[in-house]
Amino acid sequence: MRTVRIGAGAGYSGDRIEPARELAEKGGLDYLVFECLAERTIALAQAARRADPGAGFDPLLADRMRAVLRPCAERRVRIVTNMGAANPSAAARETARIAAELGLSGLKVAAVTGDDVTAAIRGADLPLIERAGRTADVAATMVSANAYLGAAPIVAALAGGADVVVTGRVGDPAMFLAPLIHAFGWAMDDWVRLGRGTLVGHLLECAGQVTGGYFADPGCKDVPDLARLGFPLAEVDEAGDAVITKVEGSGGRVSRATCTEQLLYEVHDPARYLQPDVVADFSGVALREVGPDRVAVSGATGHARTETLKASIGYHDGFIGEGQISYAGAGALARARLARAIVEERFRLTGLEASELRFDLIGLDAVRRGPPVSAPSEPAEIRLRVAGRTATLRDARRIGNEVETLYTNGPAGGGGAWSSAREVLAVASTLVPRDWVTPAVAYEVAP
Amino acid sequence: MKLREIAHARTGDKGDVSNISVIAYRAEDYRLLHAVLTAERVRAYFGDTVRGGVRRHALPALCALNFVMDGALGGGVTRSLALDPHGKSLSSSLLDMELDDGGTAPQAAAPELRPPASGC
Repeated sequence: MRTVRIGAGAGYSGDRIEPARELAEKGGLDYLVFECLAERTIALAQAARRADPGAGFDPLLADRMRAVLRPCAERRVRIVTNMGAANPSAAARETARIAAELGLSGLKVAAVTGDDVTAAIRGADLPLIERAGRTADVAATMVSANAYLGAAPIVAALAGGADVVVTGRVGDPAMFLAPLIHAFGWAMDDWVRLGRGTLVGHLLECAGQVTGGYFADPGCKDVPDLARLGFPLAEVDEAGDAVITKVEGSGGRVSRATCTEQLLYEVHDPARYLQPDVVADFSGVALREVGPDRVAVSGATGHARTETLKASIGYHDGFIGEGQISYAGAGALARARLARAIVEERFRLTGLEASELRFDLIGLDAVRRGPPVSAPSEPAEIRLRVAGRTATLRDARRIGNEVETLYTNGPAGGGGAWSSAREVLAVASTLVPRDWVTPAVAYEVAP
Repeated sequence: MKLREIAHARTGDKGDVSNISVIAYRAEDYRLLHAVLTAERVRAYFGDTVRGGVRRHALPALCALNFVMDGALGGGVTRSLALDPHGKSLSSSLLDMELDDGGTAPQAAAPELRPPASGC
Protein backbone atom coordinates (compact mmCIF):
# COMPACT_ATOMS: atom_id res chain seq x y z
CA MET A 1 0.00 0.00 0.00
CA ARG A 2 1.24 3.50 -0.83
CA THR A 3 2.23 5.56 2.18
CA VAL A 4 3.21 9.19 2.56
CA ARG A 5 6.07 9.97 4.93
CA ILE A 6 5.80 13.25 6.85
CA GLY A 7 8.35 14.49 9.36
CA ALA A 8 8.23 17.21 12.01
CA GLY A 9 11.28 19.47 11.86
CA ALA A 10 10.46 21.78 14.77
CA GLY A 11 7.97 21.86 17.63
CA TYR A 12 8.39 25.52 18.53
CA SER A 13 10.19 28.60 17.25
CA GLY A 14 13.43 28.06 19.13
CA ASP A 15 13.66 24.30 18.62
CA ARG A 16 16.86 22.37 17.80
CA ILE A 17 17.90 22.53 14.16
CA GLU A 18 19.99 19.34 13.61
CA PRO A 19 17.09 16.88 14.07
CA ALA A 20 15.35 18.45 11.05
CA ARG A 21 18.46 18.00 8.94
CA GLU A 22 18.70 14.39 10.12
CA LEU A 23 15.08 13.84 9.04
CA ALA A 24 15.67 15.55 5.70
CA GLU A 25 18.72 13.39 4.97
CA LYS A 26 17.72 10.04 6.46
CA GLY A 27 13.96 10.09 6.96
CA GLY A 28 13.00 9.02 3.44
CA LEU A 29 10.45 11.81 3.66
CA ASP A 30 7.93 13.19 1.21
CA TYR A 31 7.18 16.23 3.40
CA LEU A 32 8.95 18.05 6.22
CA VAL A 33 6.84 20.35 8.41
CA PHE A 34 8.12 23.05 10.78
CA GLU A 35 5.71 24.31 13.46
CA CYS A 36 7.30 27.48 14.84
CA LEU A 37 4.46 29.84 15.70
CA ALA A 38 3.32 29.93 19.32
CA GLU A 39 0.27 32.00 20.26
CA ARG A 40 2.25 35.04 21.27
CA THR A 41 4.94 34.81 18.57
CA ILE A 42 2.75 36.28 15.85
CA ALA A 43 1.95 39.34 17.98
CA LEU A 44 5.67 39.94 18.54
CA ALA A 45 6.21 39.46 14.80
CA GLN A 46 3.46 41.96 13.97
CA ALA A 47 5.19 44.56 16.12
CA ALA A 48 8.45 43.82 14.27
CA ARG A 49 6.73 44.20 10.89
CA ARG A 50 5.37 47.61 11.88
CA ALA A 51 8.89 48.77 12.64
CA ASP A 52 10.23 47.28 9.37
CA PRO A 53 7.91 46.21 6.50
CA GLY A 54 10.43 43.57 5.40
CA ALA A 55 10.48 41.94 8.86
CA GLY A 56 7.89 40.06 10.91
CA PHE A 57 8.75 36.46 10.09
CA ASP A 58 10.56 33.85 12.19
CA PRO A 59 14.07 35.02 13.14
CA LEU A 60 15.44 31.47 12.70
CA LEU A 61 13.93 31.02 9.22
CA ALA A 62 17.27 31.59 7.48
CA ASP A 63 19.14 29.16 9.75
CA ARG A 64 16.52 26.43 9.32
CA MET A 65 16.26 26.89 5.55
CA ARG A 66 20.05 26.82 5.15
CA ALA A 67 20.10 23.54 7.11
CA VAL A 68 17.43 21.72 5.10
CA LEU A 69 16.80 23.31 1.69
CA ARG A 70 19.56 21.43 -0.12
CA PRO A 71 18.93 17.95 1.34
CA CYS A 72 15.20 18.45 0.76
CA ALA A 73 15.65 19.67 -2.82
CA GLU A 74 17.97 16.75 -3.63
CA ARG A 75 15.46 14.22 -2.32
CA ARG A 76 12.32 16.01 -3.50
CA VAL A 77 11.09 16.57 0.05
CA ARG A 78 8.57 19.40 0.15
CA ILE A 79 8.51 21.77 3.11
CA VAL A 80 5.50 23.29 4.90
CA THR A 81 6.02 25.82 7.69
CA ASN A 82 4.28 28.64 9.56
CA MET A 83 7.57 30.53 9.90
CA GLY A 84 5.94 33.30 7.84
CA ALA A 85 4.40 34.55 11.13
CA ALA A 86 3.14 38.09 10.50
CA ASN A 87 4.77 38.38 7.07
CA PRO A 88 4.62 35.19 4.95
CA SER A 89 5.33 37.14 1.74
CA ALA A 90 8.63 38.48 3.06
CA ALA A 91 9.47 35.03 4.47
CA ALA A 92 8.88 33.46 1.04
CA ARG A 93 11.12 36.06 -0.64
CA GLU A 94 13.83 35.40 1.94
CA THR A 95 13.51 31.62 1.41
CA ALA A 96 13.79 32.04 -2.37
CA ARG A 97 16.84 34.26 -1.88
CA ILE A 98 18.52 31.63 0.32
CA ALA A 99 17.66 28.93 -2.23
CA ALA A 100 19.35 30.99 -4.95
CA GLU A 101 22.36 31.48 -2.70
CA LEU A 102 22.56 27.70 -2.29
CA GLY A 103 22.42 27.22 -6.07
CA LEU A 104 18.87 25.84 -5.98
CA SER A 105 17.69 27.84 -8.97
CA GLY A 106 14.02 27.31 -9.82
CA LEU A 107 12.94 26.34 -6.29
CA LYS A 108 9.33 27.45 -5.94
CA VAL A 109 8.21 29.00 -2.67
CA ALA A 110 4.57 29.74 -1.87
CA ALA A 111 3.33 32.34 0.62
CA VAL A 112 -0.08 31.73 2.22
CA THR A 113 -1.71 34.93 3.45
CA GLY A 114 -5.15 36.05 4.58
CA ASP A 115 -5.19 35.16 8.29
CA ASP A 116 -5.10 38.79 9.52
CA VAL A 117 -8.48 39.74 11.05
CA THR A 118 -7.34 42.79 13.03
CA ALA A 119 -9.66 45.25 11.30
CA ALA A 120 -12.71 43.01 11.63
CA ILE A 121 -12.03 42.34 15.34
CA ARG A 122 -11.74 46.07 15.98
CA GLY A 123 -15.30 46.58 14.81
CA ALA A 124 -16.77 43.64 16.71
CA ASP A 125 -17.53 42.52 20.24
CA LEU A 126 -17.24 38.77 20.57
CA PRO A 127 -16.90 36.62 23.69
CA LEU A 128 -13.39 35.37 24.47
CA ILE A 129 -12.74 31.65 24.78
CA GLU A 130 -10.47 29.76 27.19
CA ARG A 131 -10.90 32.65 29.68
CA ALA A 132 -13.48 35.23 30.75
CA GLY A 133 -14.14 38.51 28.94
CA ARG A 134 -14.95 39.94 25.50
CA THR A 135 -12.89 41.16 22.55
CA ALA A 136 -13.90 44.77 23.32
CA ASP A 137 -12.00 44.44 26.63
CA VAL A 138 -8.72 44.00 24.76
CA ALA A 139 -9.36 45.88 21.48
CA ALA A 140 -8.01 49.20 22.77
CA THR A 141 -4.46 47.85 23.12
CA MET A 142 -4.65 45.21 20.36
CA VAL A 143 -1.45 44.58 18.40
CA SER A 144 -2.59 41.78 16.12
CA ALA A 145 -5.46 39.41 15.45
CA ASN A 146 -5.03 36.33 13.32
CA ALA A 147 -7.47 33.57 12.51
CA TYR A 148 -6.32 29.96 12.25
CA LEU A 149 -6.58 29.05 8.56
CA GLY A 150 -7.21 25.49 7.49
CA ALA A 151 -5.44 23.19 5.06
CA ALA A 152 -7.06 24.45 1.83
CA PRO A 153 -4.59 27.20 0.86
CA ILE A 154 -1.63 24.90 1.62
CA VAL A 155 -3.20 22.19 -0.56
CA ALA A 156 -3.61 24.80 -3.32
CA ALA A 157 0.05 25.79 -2.97
CA LEU A 158 1.19 22.17 -3.21
CA ALA A 159 -1.06 21.63 -6.24
CA GLY A 160 0.53 24.75 -7.69
CA GLY A 161 3.92 23.05 -7.55
CA ALA A 162 5.40 24.71 -4.46
CA ASP A 163 8.54 23.10 -3.08
CA VAL A 164 8.20 25.17 0.09
CA VAL A 165 4.96 26.55 1.56
CA VAL A 166 5.30 29.40 4.05
CA THR A 167 2.23 30.41 6.05
CA GLY A 168 1.26 32.72 8.86
CA ARG A 169 -1.34 31.54 11.37
CA VAL A 170 -2.83 28.18 10.40
CA GLY A 171 -4.07 25.35 12.59
CA ASP A 172 -0.91 23.44 13.51
CA PRO A 173 -2.29 20.02 12.47
CA ALA A 174 -3.43 21.57 9.16
CA MET A 175 0.20 21.82 8.06
CA PHE A 176 0.38 18.01 8.25
CA LEU A 177 -3.16 17.39 7.03
CA ALA A 178 -2.64 19.45 3.86
CA PRO A 179 0.07 17.23 2.32
CA LEU A 180 -2.13 14.17 3.01
CA ILE A 181 -5.14 15.81 1.33
CA HIS A 182 -2.90 16.73 -1.60
CA ALA A 183 -1.19 13.35 -1.90
CA PHE A 184 -4.26 11.14 -1.49
CA GLY A 185 -6.88 13.43 -2.99
CA TRP A 186 -9.04 13.34 0.14
CA ALA A 187 -12.28 15.30 -0.14
CA MET A 188 -12.62 18.36 2.10
CA ASP A 189 -15.80 16.83 3.55
CA ASP A 190 -14.36 13.37 4.16
CA TRP A 191 -14.61 13.98 7.88
CA VAL A 192 -13.30 10.56 8.86
CA ARG A 193 -10.06 10.92 6.91
CA LEU A 194 -9.66 14.57 7.86
CA GLY A 195 -10.04 13.48 11.49
CA ARG A 196 -7.37 10.81 11.07
CA GLY A 197 -5.01 13.20 9.31
CA THR A 198 -5.58 15.72 12.08
CA LEU A 199 -4.53 13.13 14.65
CA VAL A 200 -1.31 12.50 12.71
CA GLY A 201 -0.68 16.23 12.67
CA HIS A 202 -1.50 16.58 16.34
CA LEU A 203 0.90 13.77 17.29
CA LEU A 204 3.72 15.28 15.21
CA GLU A 205 3.28 19.01 15.68
CA CYS A 206 5.35 19.28 18.87
CA ALA A 207 8.18 17.31 17.25
CA GLY A 208 10.33 15.81 20.06
CA GLN A 209 7.40 15.64 22.47
CA VAL A 210 6.26 12.37 20.85
CA THR A 211 9.75 10.82 20.57
CA GLY A 212 10.66 11.03 24.25
CA GLY A 213 10.98 14.75 24.95
CA TYR A 214 8.93 16.19 27.86
CA PHE A 215 8.63 12.58 29.04
CA ALA A 216 11.73 11.20 30.79
CA ASP A 217 11.44 10.48 34.51
CA PRO A 218 14.45 8.45 35.60
CA GLY A 219 13.48 5.15 37.16
CA CYS A 220 9.91 5.34 35.86
CA LYS A 221 10.14 6.43 32.26
CA ASP A 222 13.68 6.27 30.93
CA VAL A 223 14.56 7.68 27.52
CA PRO A 224 17.91 7.04 25.84
CA ASP A 225 20.11 9.76 24.36
CA LEU A 226 17.95 12.87 24.81
CA ALA A 227 20.83 15.10 23.71
CA ARG A 228 20.47 13.57 20.25
CA LEU A 229 16.67 13.30 20.34
CA GLY A 230 15.31 12.26 16.98
CA PHE A 231 12.27 14.13 15.68
CA PRO A 232 9.24 12.10 14.58
CA LEU A 233 7.91 11.03 11.23
CA ALA A 234 4.66 9.35 10.30
CA GLU A 235 4.06 6.80 7.59
CA VAL A 236 0.46 7.47 6.59
CA ASP A 237 -1.71 5.36 4.31
CA GLU A 238 -4.62 6.34 2.09
CA ALA A 239 -7.15 5.57 4.83
CA GLY A 240 -5.36 7.89 7.23
CA ASP A 241 -3.98 5.17 9.48
CA ALA A 242 -0.37 5.76 10.44
CA VAL A 243 2.78 4.51 12.09
CA ILE A 244 4.67 7.04 14.22
CA THR A 245 8.41 6.46 14.25
CA LYS A 246 11.77 8.26 14.01
CA VAL A 247 15.07 7.94 12.17
CA GLU A 248 16.87 4.74 13.14
CA GLY A 249 19.85 5.41 15.39
CA SER A 250 18.60 8.78 16.61
CA GLY A 251 18.04 9.41 20.32
CA GLY A 252 14.72 9.15 22.09
CA ARG A 253 11.91 6.62 22.14
CA VAL A 254 8.55 6.16 20.44
CA SER A 255 6.20 4.03 22.54
CA ARG A 256 2.54 3.73 23.41
CA ALA A 257 3.28 5.83 26.47
CA THR A 258 4.96 8.71 24.58
CA CYS A 259 2.19 8.68 21.98
CA THR A 260 -0.61 8.59 24.59
CA GLU A 261 0.83 11.58 26.45
CA GLN A 262 1.14 13.56 23.22
CA LEU A 263 -2.29 12.48 21.99
CA LEU A 264 -3.87 14.27 24.96
CA TYR A 265 -1.45 17.21 25.03
CA GLU A 266 -3.43 20.47 24.93
CA VAL A 267 -6.61 18.52 24.18
CA HIS A 268 -9.80 19.21 26.13
CA ASP A 269 -12.67 16.95 25.02
CA PRO A 270 -10.90 14.22 23.01
CA ALA A 271 -14.15 13.52 21.14
CA ARG A 272 -14.29 17.12 19.92
CA TYR A 273 -10.89 18.45 18.94
CA LEU A 274 -11.80 21.60 17.06
CA GLN A 275 -9.74 22.41 14.01
CA PRO A 276 -10.46 24.68 11.03
CA ASP A 277 -11.15 21.75 8.67
CA VAL A 278 -12.84 19.18 10.91
CA VAL A 279 -13.96 18.38 14.43
CA ALA A 280 -11.61 15.50 15.07
CA ASP A 281 -12.61 12.68 17.41
CA PHE A 282 -9.77 10.90 19.21
CA SER A 283 -12.01 9.07 21.70
CA GLY A 284 -11.72 5.69 19.95
CA VAL A 285 -8.03 5.80 19.08
CA ALA A 286 -5.98 2.64 19.53
CA LEU A 287 -2.19 2.62 19.77
CA ARG A 288 -0.18 -0.53 19.10
CA GLU A 289 3.58 -1.05 19.33
CA VAL A 290 4.47 -2.79 16.06
CA GLY A 291 8.26 -2.68 16.27
CA PRO A 292 11.10 -0.87 18.00
CA ASP A 293 10.16 2.83 18.12
CA ARG A 294 7.14 2.14 15.91
CA VAL A 295 3.59 2.80 17.10
CA ALA A 296 0.57 2.13 14.88
CA VAL A 297 -2.25 4.67 15.25
CA SER A 298 -5.80 3.88 14.23
CA GLY A 299 -9.38 4.58 15.19
CA ALA A 300 -9.58 8.37 14.94
CA THR A 301 -12.57 9.82 13.18
CA GLY A 302 -14.11 13.20 12.55
CA HIS A 303 -17.27 15.24 12.21
CA ALA A 304 -18.32 18.24 10.11
CA ARG A 305 -16.29 21.38 10.74
CA THR A 306 -17.82 24.24 12.73
CA GLU A 307 -19.01 27.54 11.26
CA THR A 308 -16.31 29.58 13.00
CA LEU A 309 -12.53 29.87 13.11
CA LYS A 310 -10.45 30.41 16.21
CA ALA A 311 -8.55 33.70 16.24
CA SER A 312 -5.73 34.86 18.53
CA ILE A 313 -5.60 38.47 19.61
CA GLY A 314 -2.29 39.92 20.78
CA TYR A 315 -2.65 42.96 23.03
CA HIS A 316 -0.63 45.08 25.42
CA ASP A 317 -1.48 44.16 29.00
CA GLY A 318 0.57 46.41 31.25
CA PHE A 319 3.95 45.47 32.70
CA ILE A 320 5.46 42.74 34.87
CA GLY A 321 8.29 43.47 37.27
CA GLU A 322 10.23 40.72 38.97
CA GLY A 323 13.04 40.28 41.46
CA GLN A 324 14.83 37.27 42.96
CA ILE A 325 17.42 36.71 45.70
CA SER A 326 18.91 33.58 47.30
CA TYR A 327 19.71 32.50 50.86
CA ALA A 328 21.81 29.49 51.90
CA GLY A 329 22.75 27.38 54.90
CA ALA A 330 21.12 27.02 58.29
CA GLY A 331 18.21 29.40 58.69
CA ALA A 332 17.92 30.03 54.94
CA LEU A 333 14.15 29.53 54.92
CA ALA A 334 13.61 31.92 57.85
CA ARG A 335 15.78 34.57 56.20
CA ALA A 336 13.91 34.20 52.88
CA ARG A 337 10.60 34.59 54.72
CA LEU A 338 11.96 37.68 56.50
CA ALA A 339 13.06 39.04 53.13
CA ARG A 340 9.57 38.52 51.77
CA ALA A 341 8.00 40.34 54.71
CA ILE A 342 10.40 43.24 54.26
CA VAL A 343 9.58 43.58 50.56
CA GLU A 344 5.83 43.45 51.27
CA GLU A 345 6.17 46.22 53.83
CA ARG A 346 8.36 48.27 51.50
CA PHE A 347 5.67 48.09 48.82
CA ARG A 348 3.17 49.45 51.34
CA LEU A 349 5.51 52.17 52.63
CA THR A 350 6.46 53.39 49.16
CA GLY A 351 2.94 53.15 47.74
CA LEU A 352 3.73 50.75 44.92
CA GLU A 353 0.74 50.46 42.60
CA ALA A 354 0.45 46.84 41.52
CA SER A 355 -2.81 45.21 40.50
CA GLU A 356 -1.48 41.76 41.37
CA LEU A 357 1.51 40.56 43.42
CA ARG A 358 3.01 37.14 43.82
CA PHE A 359 5.66 35.81 46.22
CA ASP A 360 7.35 32.44 45.70
CA LEU A 361 10.03 30.57 47.60
CA ILE A 362 11.86 28.73 44.85
CA GLY A 363 12.78 25.29 46.17
CA LEU A 364 9.70 25.20 48.39
CA ASP A 365 6.49 26.36 46.71
CA ALA A 366 7.21 28.17 43.43
CA VAL A 367 5.95 25.65 40.89
CA ARG A 368 4.56 22.70 42.83
CA ARG A 369 0.83 22.75 43.56
CA GLY A 370 -1.40 20.65 45.77
CA PRO A 371 -1.05 19.76 49.43
CA PRO A 372 2.49 19.21 50.74
CA VAL A 373 3.72 15.61 50.52
CA SER A 374 5.20 15.77 54.02
CA ALA A 375 6.48 18.44 56.38
CA PRO A 376 9.17 20.31 54.43
CA SER A 377 12.61 19.81 55.84
CA GLU A 378 14.97 22.78 56.08
CA PRO A 379 16.29 23.33 52.56
CA ALA A 380 20.02 23.81 51.96
CA GLU A 381 19.17 26.95 50.00
CA ILE A 382 16.12 28.91 48.99
CA ARG A 383 15.38 31.68 46.53
CA LEU A 384 12.77 34.39 47.04
CA ARG A 385 10.92 35.47 43.91
CA VAL A 386 8.66 38.51 43.80
CA ALA A 387 6.54 39.34 40.74
CA GLY A 388 3.93 42.04 40.20
CA ARG A 389 1.68 43.47 37.53
CA THR A 390 1.81 47.23 37.08
CA ALA A 391 0.44 49.91 34.76
CA THR A 392 3.83 51.52 34.16
CA LEU A 393 7.35 50.34 33.42
CA ARG A 394 8.58 52.58 36.22
CA ASP A 395 6.51 50.70 38.83
CA ALA A 396 7.55 47.37 37.32
CA ARG A 397 11.22 48.32 37.81
CA ARG A 398 10.56 49.26 41.44
CA ILE A 399 9.59 45.66 42.20
CA GLY A 400 12.98 44.29 41.21
CA ASN A 401 14.73 47.23 42.85
CA GLU A 402 13.10 46.54 46.21
CA VAL A 403 14.40 42.96 46.03
CA GLU A 404 17.87 44.14 45.03
CA THR A 405 18.06 46.57 47.96
CA LEU A 406 17.90 43.53 50.24
CA TYR A 407 21.63 43.11 49.47
CA THR A 408 22.46 45.95 51.88
CA ASN A 409 19.16 46.42 53.74
CA GLY A 410 17.85 42.90 54.20
CA PRO A 411 18.66 39.62 55.96
CA ALA A 412 22.17 38.20 56.22
CA GLY A 413 23.76 36.49 53.26
CA GLY A 414 21.36 37.48 50.48
CA GLY A 415 23.06 36.68 47.17
CA GLY A 416 22.53 36.49 43.44
CA ALA A 417 19.89 39.19 43.23
CA TRP A 418 18.34 39.52 39.79
CA SER A 419 15.59 41.70 38.45
CA SER A 420 13.61 42.30 35.29
CA ALA A 421 10.82 44.53 34.02
CA ARG A 422 8.97 43.97 30.79
CA GLU A 423 5.91 45.00 28.84
CA VAL A 424 3.37 42.20 28.62
CA LEU A 425 2.14 41.16 25.20
CA ALA A 426 -0.76 38.93 26.13
CA VAL A 427 -2.93 36.73 23.93
CA ALA A 428 -6.68 36.17 24.10
CA SER A 429 -8.72 33.94 21.80
CA THR A 430 -12.14 34.19 20.22
CA LEU A 431 -14.20 32.57 17.46
CA VAL A 432 -14.81 34.50 14.24
CA PRO A 433 -17.02 33.87 11.18
CA ARG A 434 -15.27 32.02 8.35
CA ASP A 435 -15.93 34.77 5.85
CA TRP A 436 -13.65 37.14 7.76
CA VAL A 437 -10.61 35.45 6.26
CA THR A 438 -9.45 35.63 2.66
CA PRO A 439 -6.76 32.96 2.13
CA ALA A 440 -4.50 33.64 -0.84
CA VAL A 441 -1.40 32.00 -2.33
CA ALA A 442 1.46 33.78 -4.13
CA TYR A 443 4.74 32.32 -5.41
CA GLU A 444 8.40 33.29 -5.40
CA VAL A 445 10.85 31.37 -7.58
CA ALA A 446 14.55 31.24 -6.77
CA PRO A 447 16.41 32.91 -9.64
CA MET B 1 0.39 4.36 47.37
CA LYS B 2 1.21 7.39 45.28
CA LEU B 3 -0.45 8.02 41.92
CA ARG B 4 3.04 8.10 40.39
CA GLU B 5 3.47 4.39 41.12
CA ILE B 6 0.71 3.38 38.72
CA ALA B 7 0.41 6.25 36.25
CA HIS B 8 2.26 8.85 34.24
CA ALA B 9 0.99 12.28 33.26
CA ARG B 10 1.49 15.30 31.00
CA THR B 11 0.23 18.87 31.24
CA GLY B 12 -0.92 21.02 28.33
CA ASP B 13 -2.07 24.65 28.27
CA LYS B 14 -4.53 26.75 26.29
CA GLY B 15 -5.16 30.26 27.53
CA ASP B 16 -6.14 30.02 31.20
CA VAL B 17 -7.08 26.34 30.87
CA SER B 18 -4.72 23.55 31.90
CA ASN B 19 -5.26 19.92 30.97
CA ILE B 20 -3.53 16.99 32.64
CA SER B 21 -3.58 13.52 31.14
CA VAL B 22 -3.20 10.72 33.67
CA ILE B 23 -2.31 7.41 32.03
CA ALA B 24 -2.21 4.05 33.81
CA TYR B 25 0.80 1.88 33.04
CA ARG B 26 -1.41 -1.23 33.32
CA ALA B 27 -5.03 -1.98 32.41
CA GLU B 28 -5.95 -3.23 35.89
CA ASP B 29 -4.75 0.04 37.40
CA TYR B 30 -6.87 2.03 34.97
CA ARG B 31 -9.98 0.58 36.61
CA LEU B 32 -8.71 1.77 39.98
CA LEU B 33 -7.88 5.21 38.58
CA HIS B 34 -11.29 5.50 36.99
CA ALA B 35 -12.93 4.66 40.31
CA VAL B 36 -10.95 6.90 42.65
CA LEU B 37 -9.44 9.75 40.61
CA THR B 38 -12.56 11.85 40.13
CA ALA B 39 -12.76 15.42 38.85
CA GLU B 40 -13.88 16.52 42.33
CA ARG B 41 -10.84 14.93 43.90
CA VAL B 42 -8.45 16.63 41.47
CA ARG B 43 -10.22 19.95 42.05
CA ALA B 44 -9.85 19.56 45.82
CA TYR B 45 -6.19 18.52 45.48
CA PHE B 46 -5.23 21.68 43.64
CA GLY B 47 -7.30 23.94 45.92
CA ASP B 48 -6.92 27.65 45.13
CA THR B 49 -4.72 26.95 42.10
CA VAL B 50 -7.80 26.10 40.06
CA ARG B 51 -10.35 28.92 40.16
CA GLY B 52 -12.83 27.32 37.75
CA GLY B 53 -14.29 23.88 37.33
CA VAL B 54 -12.59 20.58 36.55
CA ARG B 55 -13.97 18.21 33.90
CA ARG B 56 -12.83 14.63 33.38
CA HIS B 57 -12.79 12.74 30.07
CA ALA B 58 -12.20 8.98 30.17
CA LEU B 59 -10.37 7.12 27.40
CA PRO B 60 -10.52 3.44 28.36
CA ALA B 61 -8.84 2.23 25.15
CA LEU B 62 -5.77 4.27 26.11
CA CYS B 63 -6.09 3.63 29.87
CA ALA B 64 -6.15 7.39 30.23
CA LEU B 65 -8.11 10.10 32.02
CA ASN B 66 -7.95 13.70 30.82
CA PHE B 67 -8.62 16.46 33.35
CA VAL B 68 -9.51 19.90 32.02
CA MET B 69 -9.12 22.66 34.61
CA ASP B 70 -10.53 26.14 33.99
CA GLY B 71 -8.88 29.21 35.47
CA ALA B 72 -5.78 27.22 36.42
CA LEU B 73 -3.02 29.32 34.85
CA GLY B 74 -3.03 32.65 36.66
CA GLY B 75 -5.14 34.40 34.01
CA GLY B 76 -3.41 32.74 31.05
CA VAL B 77 0.06 31.69 29.96
CA THR B 78 0.90 34.99 28.30
CA ARG B 79 0.01 37.19 31.30
CA SER B 80 0.56 35.00 34.36
CA LEU B 81 2.91 36.10 37.14
CA ALA B 82 3.83 32.49 37.86
CA LEU B 83 7.35 31.13 37.54
CA ASP B 84 5.87 28.25 35.53
CA PRO B 85 3.19 30.09 33.54
CA HIS B 86 2.36 27.04 31.40
CA GLY B 87 1.72 24.90 34.47
CA LYS B 88 4.10 22.26 33.08
CA SER B 89 4.82 21.11 36.63
CA LEU B 90 1.16 20.49 37.51
CA SER B 91 1.33 16.93 36.15
CA SER B 92 4.22 15.99 38.42
CA SER B 93 2.47 17.72 41.31
CA LEU B 94 -0.62 15.62 40.73
CA LEU B 95 1.41 12.38 40.62
CA ASP B 96 2.34 13.08 44.27
CA MET B 97 -1.27 12.35 45.24
CA GLU B 98 -1.75 9.58 47.80
CA LEU B 99 -4.38 7.11 46.60
CA ASP B 100 -6.61 5.46 49.14
CA ASP B 101 -7.22 2.34 47.13
CA GLY B 102 -9.67 0.71 49.51
CA GLY B 103 -7.58 -2.49 49.41
CA THR B 104 -8.20 -2.98 45.70
CA ALA B 105 -4.72 -2.05 44.50
CA PRO B 106 -2.71 -4.82 42.90
CA GLN B 107 -0.27 -6.26 45.41
CA ALA B 108 2.82 -5.81 43.26
CA ALA B 109 2.07 -2.22 42.30
CA ALA B 110 4.30 -0.45 44.75
CA PRO B 111 7.73 -1.90 43.94
CA GLU B 112 7.08 -2.12 40.21
CA LEU B 113 7.63 1.44 39.13
CA ARG B 114 8.65 0.41 35.67
CA PRO B 115 5.75 -0.59 33.43
CA PRO B 116 5.88 -4.05 31.93
CA ALA B 117 6.59 -4.15 28.18
CA SER B 118 3.07 -5.33 27.51
CA GLY B 119 1.58 -2.75 29.85
CA CYS B 120 -1.44 -0.62 29.28
